[in-house]
Amino acid sequence: MAGKHVNPTRMELTNLKRKLVTAVRGHKLLKDKRDELMRQFLELVQENRRLRERVEEGIASANKNFVLARAVMQDETLKTAFLAPKQEVYLDTGEKNIMSVIIPQFTYKTRTSDPNDIYSYGYAFTSGDLDSAVKSLADILPDMLRLAEVEKACQMMAAEIEKTRRRVNALEHVMIPEMKENIKYITMKLDENERSTQVRLMKVKDMMLEQAHQYSKRYAAD
Amino acid sequence: MYKIAVLGDRDSIYGFAALGLDIHPVSLSDDVSEAATKLKELAESDYAVIYIIESLAEKLMSEIRSYNTVKLPAIIPIPGASGNTGLGMRMVKKSVEQAVGSDILFRE
Repeated sequence: MAGKHVNPTRMELTNLKRKLVTAVRGHKLLKDKRDELMRQFLELVQENRRLRERVEEGIASANKNFVLARAVMQDETLKTAFLAPKQEVYLDTGEKNIMSVIIPQFTYKTRTSDPNDIYSYGYAFTSGDLDSAVKSLADILPDMLRLAEVEKACQMMAAEIEKTRRRVNALEHVMIPEMKENIKYITMKLDENERSTQVRLMKVKDMMLEQAHQYSKRYAAD
Repeated sequence: MYKIAVLGDRDSIYGFAALGLDIHPVSLSDDVSEAATKLKELAESDYAVIYIIESLAEKLMSEIRSYNTVKLPAIIPIPGASGNTGLGMRMVKKSVEQAVGSDILFRE
C-alpha cells in the first residue's frame, strides 16, 4: 500500500526512480559504514574492558596504601605534604577519524622529566606507605590516560553506530519498500491509462466507420 | 594545552595531586548541586579529561551523559576510597548495548 498519495505522472515516476537508485546506494554505503564501525568498536571495547580492569585494580591498591598512610599520619601533615605539587601533567589533544567519527587522542607531557618529582614532600614527617601509595598511582597514570582516550572513543562510536543502524533500518524497511511500491503504483496506473486510451480510440474508430459506411443498415437489409 | 581534573571527595582524590592532576574536592552529601556546578565549570574550562569518583558519578549520571557525544572533555568514572561500585564497567557495558543492541561482551 502506498504510504502517501503520489501523482501518477511520468515525471513523478522518473523522479522516484532516481530517488530509489540514490537510496539503494546510500543504504549500501551506510551498511558498510556500520559494519566497519562495529568491527573497530568491538576491538576498542575489548581494550577498554582490559584497561578498566587494570586501572580499577591499581587504584584500589593505591587506596589501600593511602589508608595505611593516613592511619599513621596526622591530617595536617598529610595536607601539607600535598600542598605544593612539584609535578604537573599537561595534555596535548589530537584527533583521529574513524569512519567520520572524530575521536580525541591524548598525549601527555609532564612539567619535569624526573619521575621522582611525584613526591612533593620531604620524607621526614611522612610515612613510607604514602610513598608507595603515590608511586602506585603514578604507575597507573599512563593506563588511566589511555583508558580516558579509549573509553571516550567507545562512547562516541557507540552513539554513531546506533545512529547509523537506525538510518540503515529506516532505508531498508521503510524508504526503499515505499518507493518501490509507489513506482509500481505509477507504472500500473500509466499502463491502465494507456489501455483505456487504446480502447477508447478503437471504439471511436468503430463509430466513425459505422457512420461512414452504415454497416448495420446494409447487413440488416440483406 | 589541556589539563586533567579529578573530582570527588577529598579522601579519595588527594593522592592525585602529587601526580600533577588538578584535584577538586566536593562533599559527597545528598545535595549534588554543588558537584554538578563544579562539573559543569570544569567541563567548560580547559580540561580534556575529568576523572570522577564513581559514587559521585552515579548521582550525576544525566550530566555526564550529556557530554558523551561531544569530543571533549572525556568524563571517566574511577573507583573511590569507599570501594568499587562497578559503575565504570556498567558504563562500558551500556555502550556495548547501545552499539550492538545486546550485551555480547560481558555475558557470563
